[in-house]
Amino acid sequence: MADIVLDNVTKRYPDGALAVDKISLDIADGEFVILVGPSGCGKSTTLNMIAGLEDITEGELRIGGKVVNNAAPKDRDIAMVFQSYALYPHMTVRQNMGFALKLAKTPQKVIDEKVNEAARILDLTQHLDRRPANLSGGQRQRVAMGRAIVRDPAAFLMDEPLSNLDAKLRVQMRTEVSRIQRRLGTTTVYVTHDQTEAMTLGDRVAVMRNGILQQVGSPQELYDRPDNLFVAGFIGSPSMNFMPSVVEDNTLHTPLGDVPLTGRLQRALEQARAPRELIVGIRPENFEDAALVPADQRSSGITFRASIDVLESMGSDVFVYFTKEFGNEVDAAELRELAEDSGSADVGVRNDAMVARLDTETRAAEGHESELWADLRTLHVFNPADGSNITLDYGADRAVGGAAPATSPAAGTGRGAGGTGASTDAPAGPGTGVI
Amino acid sequence: MAAVTTTPRQKAGWGVANFVVIALALIPVLWLVSLSFKTPAAVLDPSFVPSQWTWANYSGILQSSQFIRPLINSIGIGLISTFIAVVLASMAAYAVARLAFPGKSVLIGMALLIAIFPQISLITPLFSIERSLGLFNTWPGLIIPYVAFGLPLGIYILSAFFREIPWELEKAAKMDGATPFQAFTKVIAPLAAPGMVTTAILVFLACWNDFLFAISFTSTTTARTAPAALQYFSGGSVFTVPTGPIAAAAVVITIPIIIFVLFFQRRIVAGLTSGAVKG
Ligand SMILES: Nc1ncnc2c1ncn2[C@@H]1O[C@H](COP(=O)(O)OP(=O)(O)OP(=O)(O)O)[C@@H](O)[C@H]1O
Ligand SMILES: [Mg+2]
Repeated sequence: MADIVLDNVTKRYPDGALAVDKISLDIADGEFVILVGPSGCGKSTTLNMIAGLEDITEGELRIGGKVVNNAAPKDRDIAMVFQSYALYPHMTVRQNMGFALKLAKTPQKVIDEKVNEAARILDLTQHLDRRPANLSGGQRQRVAMGRAIVRDPAAFLMDEPLSNLDAKLRVQMRTEVSRIQRRLGTTTVYVTHDQTEAMTLGDRVAVMRNGILQQVGSPQELYDRPDNLFVAGFIGSPSMNFMPSVVEDNTLHTPLGDVPLTGRLQRALEQARAPRELIVGIRPENFEDAALVPADQRSSGITFRASIDVLESMGSDVFVYFTKEFGNEVDAAELRELAEDSGSADVGVRNDAMVARLDTETRAAEGHESELWADLRTLHVFNPADGSNITLDYGADRAVGGAAPATSPAAGTGRGAGGTGASTDAPAGPGTGVI
Repeated sequence: MAAVTTTPRQKAGWGVANFVVIALALIPVLWLVSLSFKTPAAVLDPSFVPSQWTWANYSGILQSSQFIRPLINSIGIGLISTFIAVVLASMAAYAVARLAFPGKSVLIGMALLIAIFPQISLITPLFSIERSLGLFNTWPGLIIPYVAFGLPLGIYILSAFFREIPWELEKAAKMDGATPFQAFTKVIAPLAAPGMVTTAILVFLACWNDFLFAISFTSTTTARTAPAALQYFSGGSVFTVPTGPIAAAAVVITIPIIIFVLFFQRRIVAGLTSGAVKG
């Protein structure tokens, strides 16, 4: 058991490709850290550097306090689970699991004990004398896990270990991985492409893009407070809706409607030296069927009409897809990249397509116009130039006025800093709720 | 296979075809065996089964240093050449399959060049070289050219096998604590074993059957191999053609090959890599 510290670790491949750029990450002893990011962002490279399968070009890697930049994989006491499982086809399950111990010259009796124990945990006992070729995908995956846990290593590294399984088995193995990691308490670095794995498995999630670490935090933190456009778009499924917006006369003009800027948001924009043109982000669950929003809450959001293109009922929720005329395109390198990664760029999904998650009570119907409500308390505003989240420091009680056919009178004034009455600097709308 | 239903007619047709092919291949061999058991007087007797069986041809050649010594040479030179060729070819093929290094395409091109070069055109220069290096009529004098001509084939076969082996297996072995050498011997080599055996058989056969180099680079039984020695056989007197002893010797040098192939056949066929990765 050990902690893993990456200190400005950089990887440049011999052909000049900069795969990982100055990553710094502290992984505590026993922690479960997830590395996510689009294809080619350097996740595997990072993992392989920790494993010792790739050289570190610059920076320092410490495992258990020792610098291991130049240590061979076998001297790092780390076990790895590969995406392809990489089971030795000429060995039985038992031999596969015991191979590392055998190389370490462990007495046969101890090897047998450990292998049997691991097989029991993984429910592989009756398959111990079979060969990998004769096992199912899920069983092979468990053998790969078994090979790692038998060694009782300082850390586990897993590179998309579940991506070769079918959906149902993946869910099952996901809980299995989580259970085993909790039980053994071994430091784990886990690479994945999968949203759900990233959100459910780890203590912390590290998002990478183009070899650069974007943000590290608990899944909830990344979800609620994304540092930038990329993290905001990457975390969450369906992903955040982005809209181009323009600041003019102290008002934020969004395709959904105009939002008067209250003191705090205004100050945030000023402080960030934000340009006039911004990108506004709102998560699907921050929409609701306007009819279902209690009157006293309406003022904290904005009500608009939209024609529903597609409605998907998931049982517990209803997803509605609609488009809003955008004055100009939302354009940022981050968003283009995200679209490419999700494949939506290829299938020609328009980037003015929006998705909202509504309560099942909604009466919205496909092909009809509905009145929807967007909660502005959770609105994110990004600078399109560098993708930074301007509203980040304005947390949950972001000072944004809800302008709409709002009914309630001014709900209040900005709490905290400044305490400027929203209504005083909001020229539009009679009711401005500052939440 | 079982799913394809065949009518009795088709079965019979195939049976006849197979029989014809096998008969065509085996009749000369059987004829040779038959000849080897005939007495010198009966050699011209056209009957397939000898009227009078004799072991004289066999006992004759097996007592003659004219044959025993070349047989030992054949076995020794063949095994040593095969061993060296397989070891070198494994290393070269591994590099070709796994590493990107400068001059890789040149190496592959050279190997191909050697493989297609007509050996007969090299006899004279090689002869001069061997004479001046003192290799003429020695074991190394044959082993070196055999290895040289066995390598291209070996590299081709083995690099195909190495390419089939998922690279991740080697990484997994490294993570499991194997040194690069252990990773090669315990994981990669066992998986490439069918390829190595195939290579070994082909190289050994080439050495065993070679006549051209054997006759050109040897002058006495010190290094002369069995196929070359056959032509120096003499009959009972200057007037008898040594047909019987030659037939017996031909049968004797065929036996190791048959054993060799029967013994390794299973390993050649086995596709060991299945199941390494997700199936
Ligand atoms: N051996 C190599 N030589 C040169 N460049 C490489 C090599 N391996 C990877 N790269 C490059 O480094 C970058 C990161 O690759 P890496 O395999 O770490 O991505 P990844 O995040 O694991 O992607 P994926 O999700 O597709 O597995 C890519 O741009 C890739 O082209
Ligand atoms: Mg990868």
